[in-house]
Amino acid sequence: MDHSPILVVITPFVGAYLSPLLGLWRERLCHLVAVAAALLSLFFSFRLAGSVLTSGTIRYWVGGWEPPWGIELVVDPLSAFMCLTISLVSLLAVIYSKNFIEKELPGGKITSYYTLILLLIGGMLGVVVTGDLFNLFVMTEIFSIAAYALVAISGKRGSFIGSYRYLILASIGTSLILLGTGYLYIITGTLNMADLSVRLPAFYDSWVVFGALAFLLIGFGIKTALFPLHTWLPGAYSIAPAPVTVIFSAVVSKVGGYSLIRVLFTIFGLEFITDLVPVAPALTWVAAATILVASMFAISQRSLMRMLAYSSVAHIGYVVLGVALAVEMGMTGGILHIFNHALATGCLFFCAGAVIYKTGIRHIDDLRGLGGKIPLTMAAFTLAAASKVGIPPTAGFVSKFYLSLGALEAGEWIFVIVILLASLMTAVFYLRVINLIFFGGDKHEGKVQRDELPLSMLVPIIILALGCAVFGIFVGIPLRLVEPAVMVLSGM
Amino acid sequence: MMTTVVIQTIARVVVPFLQLFGLYIIVHGPVSPGGGFQGGVIVGASMILLALSYDLSSAETKVSHKVRIAMDSTGALLFAGIGLLCLLAGGVFLEYGIIPLPMVPAEVRGLMILLVGVAIGIHIMALAASLFLHLAEEHDT
Amino acid sequence: MILEFIAVNFPYLVSVSLLLVGLYAMIVRRNLIKKIMGLNILSTSVFLYLISVAYKEGGAPPIRVSEVEVYVNPLPHALVLTGIVVALALTSFALVLTIKIYKEYGTLDSDKLMDL
Repeated sequence: MDHSPILVVITPFVGAYLSPLLGLWRERLCHLVAVAAALLSLFFSFRLAGSVLTSGTIRYWVGGWEPPWGIELVVDPLSAFMCLTISLVSLLAVIYSKNFIEKELPGGKITSYYTLILLLIGGMLGVVVTGDLFNLFVMTEIFSIAAYALVAISGKRGSFIGSYRYLILASIGTSLILLGTGYLYIITGTLNMADLSVRLPAFYDSWVVFGALAFLLIGFGIKTALFPLHTWLPGAYSIAPAPVTVIFSAVVSKVGGYSLIRVLFTIFGLEFITDLVPVAPALTWVAAATILVASMFAISQRSLMRMLAYSSVAHIGYVVLGVALAVEMGMTGGILHIFNHALATGCLFFCAGAVIYKTGIRHIDDLRGLGGKIPLTMAAFTLAAASKVGIPPTAGFVSKFYLSLGALEAGEWIFVIVILLASLMTAVFYLRVINLIFFGGDKHEGKVQRDELPLSMLVPIIILALGCAVFGIFVGIPLRLVEPAVMVLSGM
Repeated sequence: MMTTVVIQTIARVVVPFLQLFGLYIIVHGPVSPGGGFQGGVIVGASMILLALSYDLSSAETKVSHKVRIAMDSTGALLFAGIGLLCLLAGGVFLEYGIIPLPMVPAEVRGLMILLVGVAIGIHIMALAASLFLHLAEEHDT
Repeated sequence: MILEFIAVNFPYLVSVSLLLVGLYAMIVRRNLIKKIMGLNILSTSVFLYLISVAYKEGGAPPIRVSEVEVYVNPLPHALVLTGIVVALALTSFALVLTIKIYKEYGTLDSDKLMDL
């Protein structure tokens, strides 16, 4: 019996509670514990992916209780794909944390930082492996509370307000999720997702089911930061420490998107959301609005972190757009974009963090001439930005290409225009930054020394930047998991 | 903060009973409504009562910050450990019945639920006390 | 007719009105503490809903005793208990944040905080 489904979740949690215990004794052990836990999670994710590819969906009954009585963990190709993305990005972020956190966080907070970040990772992994709707809610709450605390942990000006606003909006979301879950439980008598999808068709004309769908949509919509529910995101993301922001933008909002996909496709089913209630078509428009509005906001930002935050809101829009098109190409593009965008945005936020670490610069105008000071980091920044714009042969191009094909397949050519227009806007604000970095003259003559970052920060940046290039050429590697995931979701 | 001899004396008398009641609820978890969380909160509340009726530092000396962190982590790790023990015994996570003890499986299950309850109780009593003490400290300074 | 509807659905109506009160407080109220109160009212409304559907006339706690026939469904109670734990964590964290915000800015008015 393969225990990877539970071990992948338990490892970060054990690490999270081991770290304060060891932290009482030696504070620097916390970093080692965190790296070890993240590494083990990545290992188990690889094992999960391997066994999903060879033997199909894995079902694991916690406590040996058969569903619907017990909690069932279900790992299908989509879950395995998400697991890999989450644990990869998390591992890199934890490694990156070592130098960054020692410099940026005041003393005594290092232990709690690693505890929280491991809880965040464990909660997200819990969301993607669970097959139980209520368990999904609990795990969502675990990682959300860890996320609120991580926004506030730096104690910088504005961090408490950012965290508070995030908390208030997101907990409206989670309360609605709980209410929707309760509705579904009351009408069907089960919380197991597979069971729900079997029993729900009998109640398709019931108002309770519509209510449940509406509550779950709004709840997870807030978590995913879809327009107009995205207002909490830029404030929270731009204030959190850089490694945390990487996890936030690369995976936390994607996990919201994942829950949305699970609710729409696994619980309600393709037929219900496209034919009976046109939720999916409505979502495509919401996603298109998210992409355009967020890109527009990104252009007008002066702070680098905020610009990147708005840009990642826009890219969540691509993911939701692709999936909500509900055609094979579009879904492939959307799910692939989860991974490709995680690589690119992770790299960009790492670079922004590196700039803060090195010089304390947060404004775009001050970036002038940094290309000569930290060339490797800035080269990585350029590569990742190219991937976000979607310049071939980067990874971002591939997923946007699939998305456009999907839009054409669905007969919605207007979304092709949206994607092209948004890519143009993305190009505008990234080119402005890159232009300043390399050709903006030198603003820091003599003030900033030319040397690279510590290795623990440079390596994650390089890995992600290379990933952006490599996965643009070897598209087949992520597609091996994405294609079966699309098959499973669309019920083929 | 205003406290009087009356409040302090009553608190001193009530606290042991509160804690005993909390422990009772924890160990009766397997057979009656209640369990680790509810009992742990009651025990934690007794520390809050101490802090309210005397002052923060007297509660702080009874259970210092380090002790609370240690209890908190130990409880959680104990819980995870019991779950992982079931993996070692060849079952799935938290499949208590599988643990090889010289008892009938139902009794093993009861014992393990008790142990899990105790683990959660330790975790929660430290947590409940911490929540209040930290909030109060924040306010004081 | 209407009275009957109210009598049958009384717990649900209370739950829905609490939900609206909570949402109103969280969105419209400017005081940060009142927003947290709104959060608590909101989650309580969800708990009330779950508990009232699970209620069964004369049901016993779901621990098997030979002479009892009707048991209450334990699952909604487990859900609510978990929800209460989550609400406890959220509330205490939000209160800590509020204290920190008050110390930093000297006000709890969200409109004034927005201008800063």
